[in-house]
Amino acid sequence: MVDLILFFIPAALIIIGALIVVFAKNPVHNAMGLVMTLVSIAIIYITLNATFVAMVQMLVYAGAVMTLFLFVIMMIGVDKKEQSSESIKGQTFLVSGVFLILISILGYVAISSEFKWDLWFEAVEFAVEGTPQLIAGTLFTAWIFPFEIISILLIVATAAAIALAYDSKRKKNDV
Amino acid sequence: MFEVTTDWYLTLSAILFSIGFFGMMIRKNALIMFMCIELMLNAVNLTFISASKHFGQIDGQIAVFFVLVVAAAEVVVGLAIIVSIFRKQSSASVDVLNVSRG
Repeated sequence: MVDLILFFIPAALIIIGALIVVFAKNPVHNAMGLVMTLVSIAIIYITLNATFVAMVQMLVYAGAVMTLFLFVIMMIGVDKKEQSSESIKGQTFLVSGVFLILISILGYVAISSEFKWDLWFEAVEFAVEGTPQLIAGTLFTAWIFPFEIISILLIVATAAAIALAYDSKRKKNDV
Repeated sequence: MFEVTTDWYLTLSAILFSIGFFGMMIRKNALIMFMCIELMLNAVNLTFISASKHFGQIDGQIAVFFVLVVAAAEVVVGLAIIVSIFRKQSSASVDVLNVSRG
């Protein structure tokens, strides 16, 4: 019973938040809907025994990434009206069709028993606990090379962001 | 009584991914499109975590970290691009973007 409550309440919040992200008109409301989705996903992670990932999700996604989003929304203004006219004829109709096809295929793959998830590994009864100890033990031994590569990616992204957003003309005018 | 199985998490993930795709396709504001990409990435992360639980392997949770870092890097660079476009065109709508040159 507790399992069901802990699944369905966050699941409902996730879907409501996602719909707010897609359909709200004010960008700040979209951002708040995304926060709701991300926090609910963190709750789902905790029920899936991924406690450390849940904490990282809260800190990085619901904290840092959302702060960045809100910062840019405040910077470029929240009152930019989107044109409601379709720039491609029949766009909403076509996208709705593709949406229905996509959700049926993905739902079929998720539910269908013809897809054997246990083909490569055995399903297990015991739960692996995602503690920081276990995650660090795997990350810094078996996954050390991807870890180093991803660190370089972060440095490059930071440098690229500075290079892109730096306004050299304004600097010259000020001085 | 019902039991929450891996299939349920995968179905939730499928719904979330499809909503993200739908928003990505119909919205024109570049910021909202980025938020929809975040939704899709989170759906994938949910799949990784539920598979990690299902098979009792920790590697799924490691993969989530890498997706998280890539998402953060993508948001940083993408938002910087949006800001620099906004300086030129004073709009964040993707409809006004018709040049690749800055």
